[in-house]
Formats: sequence, structure tokens, C-alpha cells
Amino acid sequence: MALAPGPDLLGDGSGDERPKWDNKLQYLLSCVGFAVGLGNIWRFPYLCQTYGGGAFLIPYFIALAFEGIPLFHMELAIGQRLRKGSIGVWTTISPYLGGIGLGCFTVSSLIGIYYNTVLTWVLWYLLNSFQNPLPWSACPPDRNLTGFVEECQRSSSVSYFWYRQTLNVTADINDSGSIQWQLLVCLVASWAIVYLCIIRGIETTGKAIYFTALFPYLVLTIFLIRGLTLPGATEGLTYLFTPKMQILQNPRVWLDAATQIFFSLSLGFGGHIAFSSYNPPRNNCKKDAVTIALVNSMTSLYAAIIVFSVLGFKAANDHGRCLDRNILSLINAFDFPDQSISRDDYAAVLAHLNVTQPERVAGLGLESCHLEDFLDKSASGTGLAFIVFTEAILHMPGAPGWAVLFFGMLFTLGLSSMFGNMEAVITPLLDMGVMPRWVPKEVLTGVACLSCFLASIHFTLHSGNYWLEVFDRYAASLNLVIFAFLEVVGIVYIYGMNRFCDDVAWMTGRRPSLYWRVTWKVVSPLLLLTIFVAYIALLARAPPSYRAWNPQYDQFPTQQENVYPGWVQVTCMLLSFLPVLLVPAVALAQLLVRHRRKKKAALQDMHLKPQDSGAC
Amino acid sequence: MAKMFKGAENAFKVRLSIRTALGDKAYAWDTNEEYLFKAMVAFSMRKVANREKTEISHVLLCNVTQRVSFWFVVTDPSEKHTLPAVEVQEAIRMNRNRINNAFFLNDQTLEFLKIPSTLIPPTDPPVPIWIIIFGVIFCIVIVAIILLILSGIRQRRRKDKGPSEVDDTEDKCENTITIENGIPCDPLDTKGGHVNDAFMTEDERLTPL
Repeated sequence: MALAPGPDLLGDGSGDERPKWDNKLQYLLSCVGFAVGLGNIWRFPYLCQTYGGGAFLIPYFIALAFEGIPLFHMELAIGQRLRKGSIGVWTTISPYLGGIGLGCFTVSSLIGIYYNTVLTWVLWYLLNSFQNPLPWSACPPDRNLTGFVEECQRSSSVSYFWYRQTLNVTADINDSGSIQWQLLVCLVASWAIVYLCIIRGIETTGKAIYFTALFPYLVLTIFLIRGLTLPGATEGLTYLFTPKMQILQNPRVWLDAATQIFFSLSLGFGGHIAFSSYNPPRNNCKKDAVTIALVNSMTSLYAAIIVFSVLGFKAANDHGRCLDRNILSLINAFDFPDQSISRDDYAAVLAHLNVTQPERVAGLGLESCHLEDFLDKSASGTGLAFIVFTEAILHMPGAPGWAVLFFGMLFTLGLSSMFGNMEAVITPLLDMGVMPRWVPKEVLTGVACLSCFLASIHFTLHSGNYWLEVFDRYAASLNLVIFAFLEVVGIVYIYGMNRFCDDVAWMTGRRPSLYWRVTWKVVSPLLLLTIFVAYIALLARAPPSYRAWNPQYDQFPTQQENVYPGWVQVTCMLLSFLPVLLVPAVALAQLLVRHRRKKKAALQDMHLKPQDSGAC
Repeated sequence: MAKMFKGAENAFKVRLSIRTALGDKAYAWDTNEEYLFKAMVAFSMRKVANREKTEISHVLLCNVTQRVSFWFVVTDPSEKHTLPAVEVQEAIRMNRNRINNAFFLNDQTLEFLKIPSTLIPPTDPPVPIWIIIFGVIFCIVIVAIILLILSGIRQRRRKDKGPSEVDDTEDKCENTITIENGIPCDPLDTKGGHVNDAFMTEDERLTPL
């Protein structure tokens, strides 16, 4: 059934009015900006660090070759071919599969709601970076002005600024607290900025993307030069990149590599489908897919170098201060002259004292200071950005400038990802014609942004951070894997592999080779299925729990491990499975509609027949 | 002297970290510096009510180590009893800044163990800096949004007016008849579908049979 593909096959009357990219660069930058996001900075280096340094690159690039690039190519190709957003694409492939598009649309909306909250936090830090000294550099004094606030004293000034002064977090997810007005104000600002950039769809994002996609690379380069010249950076880099090959025997490494490449490329959102639907029909999407995927991975690697050099600097710094504290204890206890023991002499002096006066030394309670212990401390996500990195920046000369650059970079990274996210929401709405024709596009984007803003006010409550983790873990992860799996299966087995290959040949000029066909048909679906099963197994192993910041906890500042209360667990289940249930729901609805139509047609035939026989 | 106070409840231990504070410009701790210290403590005590008669000789130092650390007490004029710790603490706290400055040190490098230092309250500007920057950014964004919306409205109005305006001018062309010397002349190209008498053929003039 190889129909000759051509633009007339679609009969899309609005094809002429469909917005277009001004040039190819805008399209590439938009896809790169969507794919390259906060995860490249704070998730990939953490995985590299945890899973044996350079050794992690092996499963990562294997996953890229067999899962990332094929799926990415498929998304770009189908969007460019059918020239519609995710809902339109799937209703075109088969009306019964419209649920996939609707599910992608729902997941994108959910993610858009909470992702902008992270941008709000980044914006808050950015606004607070324009002062010297930085507000998170010192603990505030307590009420009698005799010492520092106890919570700050026991943890650290950066943790205090994040958990107390920014989030004002409660100790339990049940305890919602009130709205943190500073965050609400920043939330309004960040949604206003998002609205400004997507107000006319790709016409405006296409202009904004030049800055938001390229600025992060500029800042990363500046940080690279700064980072490599910091003391302790090279030790950090060598230690963290040295491959530890035995870790590859752990299956968890392969699972995390596959998951990371999947989320890093932002597959399954429908955003790439939306972007490529604005392309001219004959565009080499294969080359685009490979280019963008490689750029994304290289950016991850580049960011990892920078993060590791800064972490190395921080570890060296912490190690030095640990030694200094021990030296001070020794000097004070044994009345040595001030500054008489240098860091290099410390080991020798300690050994000597351990021999001569071991009981006194034991009574001092000295900490053990090993550089590897500090280098092994890893953090990902908001912990890396708002606690580890902010502390490292404090020790760099010219700290406010570095803070402004760092948070500016994070903000633009997140903003370009938000563009893709919101496009995945708005393009299907435009294609479905939700609003009448005479309503301008600005109103539609405004309504979309306003509704997402109202929904995200919930994350500015004092328990908002815990809710964000819930959304991040349950709304985003499982659904996207399922939808990507359904996408591949839908295109390969329902749209038809031959038909799809013909389309790609028409668009790019060459038929997909064996590598593409094998990965599309077998390898990628298998990998996605494995990820899904592994996810379910991990979730089912233990009741879902979260880490709470509780100053009353006896082991504070370690976070308290709490189990989610029942109603939150139900919410998690709903978030994970409701979007997926849309697929069978829409299929069933379509079946019913068609069944009813057939019945009506049959009844009409029956009514016509007696008249026919009596006509003559 | 030693019998009177090391460990006595009215004695205070002092610890100085001169090299940490001054680096190369550190001075050596000798008896002259001790004399200055005694003078500063006596000065602080004299500022307390009922203790205006405190002399330098009433301040006693003991057990000076290489660290540099030592203990001190303040005795009353009879030199038999030591002054209560609370009074001494109060006096030192009130004049801490002057004592620090006399030695070019600060609260961290001239430590009075057991006497907590008063922390400087954070000087908050009347309007926090972040609000100022937020205000600037937000105003720019709102202005840009309004400008984009207005330009969008104008573009749409121009598009709506555009086709109707073109139709109007076409009608006008057809209706204007150029008049020269009082005789209306119809240029050949503006009228479509009108027969031009000048080019009528012979056959058509004659009526058909």
C-alpha cells in the first residue's frame, strides 16, 4: 500500500497559512534549546560521578545510538511529514490513536506547570545575586544578637538560605503552610517572561531563541576558563573522570543511562513534533536529528567538565578548612603559637602528638579530613545548583558576578526548554481549532500561560518543594516512557514501516538504512519496554518516600526520610496513570462514535429501501 | 596571685591570634602589650557605676602562654576580693570595640572565652535590592508585552483594511471619467468589456438579414 507521498495527500487547507521558521538556524536552535536544559547541568554530571566517572560514557553513548537518535529522528520526521502538532499527528495516523497525542499534550501541560517553578527559584537567586556580600554567605544573627540562628548554625548558611529564606519549607508534606509571597512575585515575573517570548508562537520564540539558546554556551565557556584556573580543579577533574570499569556490571547503570538520554533529549513531549511541523516539507530531518542529539550530548559532557572542576575546587577548599579547624583545635589545646602549624606540617605534628599525648588528642574530637571524602560528595538537581554551587561561588573572587552569570545561564537554559514545552501545548490547541478563527493567537497563548500560572501557584506554598518532587518523579517519568513506546509502535506497526520509510525518502532524498529500520522496529521499543518494567519494579519495591527538612529532627541537618501519606500516594498514582489511560479512553470513544454512525447509516438505508421499491 | 584565681569563677580566659589577624605586620606580645591590656580592662571597669576608682594595678594577669592566651581577674580596691564576673562581662561587652581597636584585632582574633560578642545586626537597606531589580525587569517585560500586543492589533487592522481599500480604488478608477476640453474621453485600457466603436467591423454595422 505504498501511496505516492506528496503534499496534496494531506489536503491541508491551512498549510499555506501555517507559520514558518525564518531560517533553518532558528529551528535548529529551538530544538537544541528544548533538548538542552537544566538536566544537562545538574543530572548528567551527577550520574557520571556516581557511576564510575568516564566509564558511564560507554552506556550513555550506546543508549544514544540505539535509543536516543532513532526516536528523535522519528519524532522530527513524523512532525515534518504530517505538519501538525502531537494531537493532529496521531489523529491523522489513526483516529483510534488520538489518545497518544492527547496524553502527550496533558503530560506537557503538567510538566510546564512545575518546570516554571524551578525557573522561579532560579530567578529569585538571580535577583539576589546583585549584592555584595551575597545573602547566603553568612548566617543571620539571632534575636539577642549573641550568636547565629540555631537552624543556620547547625546546617550551613547556604542550606539555611535555600530551605528557610527562599522556600520557608515545612517539615511535612501534609503541612501546607501559606504562600511564600516572594516566590509568588517571582512566579508572576517568570510566567510574564515566558508569555512575552511565546506570545506569537514561533514568530517570537524564533527571535528570543537566539539569545536563550546561545547565552548558556557563552557562560559555560567563561566558567570553563575560570573553573580550570581554580586551585583544586585539576584534582577534581582527574578523580571524577577516572573510569571505574567494574561499575558497569551493575544493571542500574545501564538503566540510568537509557533513562537519562531519553529525558535529556526531551522525547515524548510532542515539542519536537510541533517544532518540525513548521518546517518546509522537504528538509533533511535525519541530519537534523543526528546533529541536535550530538550537540545535546556534547553539551552534557562540556557541562560535566565545568561542574567537576568547580566541585574539585570546592572539595579542595572544604578539605583545607577542615584541616584549619583541626589545626586550630590543636593550637588552642596545646597552646602552640598562633599560625605555627601549616597545613603541610599538620600530619607530622598530629602523629607526634598521638605518640606523646594520645589521650589529650583523642579528647579533642578532631575530624578526619580526606580529600576523597569531599570529592565523593555528590549532589544533583536543586541540591547542586542552590547549595553546592552557591557555596563554591562564595569562595571565588568576585562572587556576585559569578552568581549572576551562573543563575542567568540556568534561567536561559530553563526558558528555552519552556518554549518547547509550551509549543507542545499550544500547537495542538491551534491545530484543533479550540478557539474560533477570529480570536488572535496572542489571546490563546495568554489563556494558556494564565491557566498554567494559576495551577502553579500551588508550588509557592511552603510545602511546594515536596509537591514539585512528586510531580517530577511521577508525572514526568513513567508517562513519557509509555508515550514514547506507543509512538514507536504506532508509527512502525500502524502507520506502517514502509510508508514511513517512503515519507522519509521523499523528505530527505534517501531511504532510511538498515540501522534505522532495525532500531525503529526492534531495539528502541525493547529498550523502552525494559525501562518501563524496571521503573515499575523499582517503584513497587518500597513505599514511596521523600526527604524532609525538619529542624526538630534529632539527626538534623540530615534530611528526615518520611513516607508519603495515603492521599499523596493516590495523587502519585493518578499523575502516573491518568495521562496513559487517555489512550484507551479515546480509542473506546472513537469506537463508540463509529459504531453509532454505522448504526445510523444502517437505519437510514433501511428507511430508504421501502421508498425505493415504491418509487417506480 | 596564682592561688587566687586560675579557674576561679570570676576569672576570664583571653586568647589572641595576632598573626592570623595581621600576618606579616604582627607585633610580638610582651609586657608592654600586657600593660596596655590591663589599662583597657581598667578603663572598661571605670565606666561601670560604682567602679570609677578601678586602677591598672587592680587587673591581674596570669599564665601567659605562647599561644597567646592568659587569664585575668579584676580585684576591688582592697585587693582582697575579685569583682563579680557579671560586672566584668558587662563592662567588657560595652567597650569591646575600643579594646579590639587598641590591638588592631576583631571579635574573632581577640577572644574572651565565656563572653559572647554582640553581633552587628545586618544593615538592611530600606528597600531590598532584589525588589528593585525585580521592578526594573518586570516593567520592561510588561511594556514589551503591551507593545507586541498593540503591534499585533495594528497589523491585523491593516490586513483587514487592506483588501477593502484595494477594491475601493478599483471602483474609483472605473467611475472617474477624464474630461478634456469638456469632452469626456474614455481611455481604452480602463474599461473592460466595452465595445470600441472605432474598431467595429463593416459586417457588424450592417444588420444581419
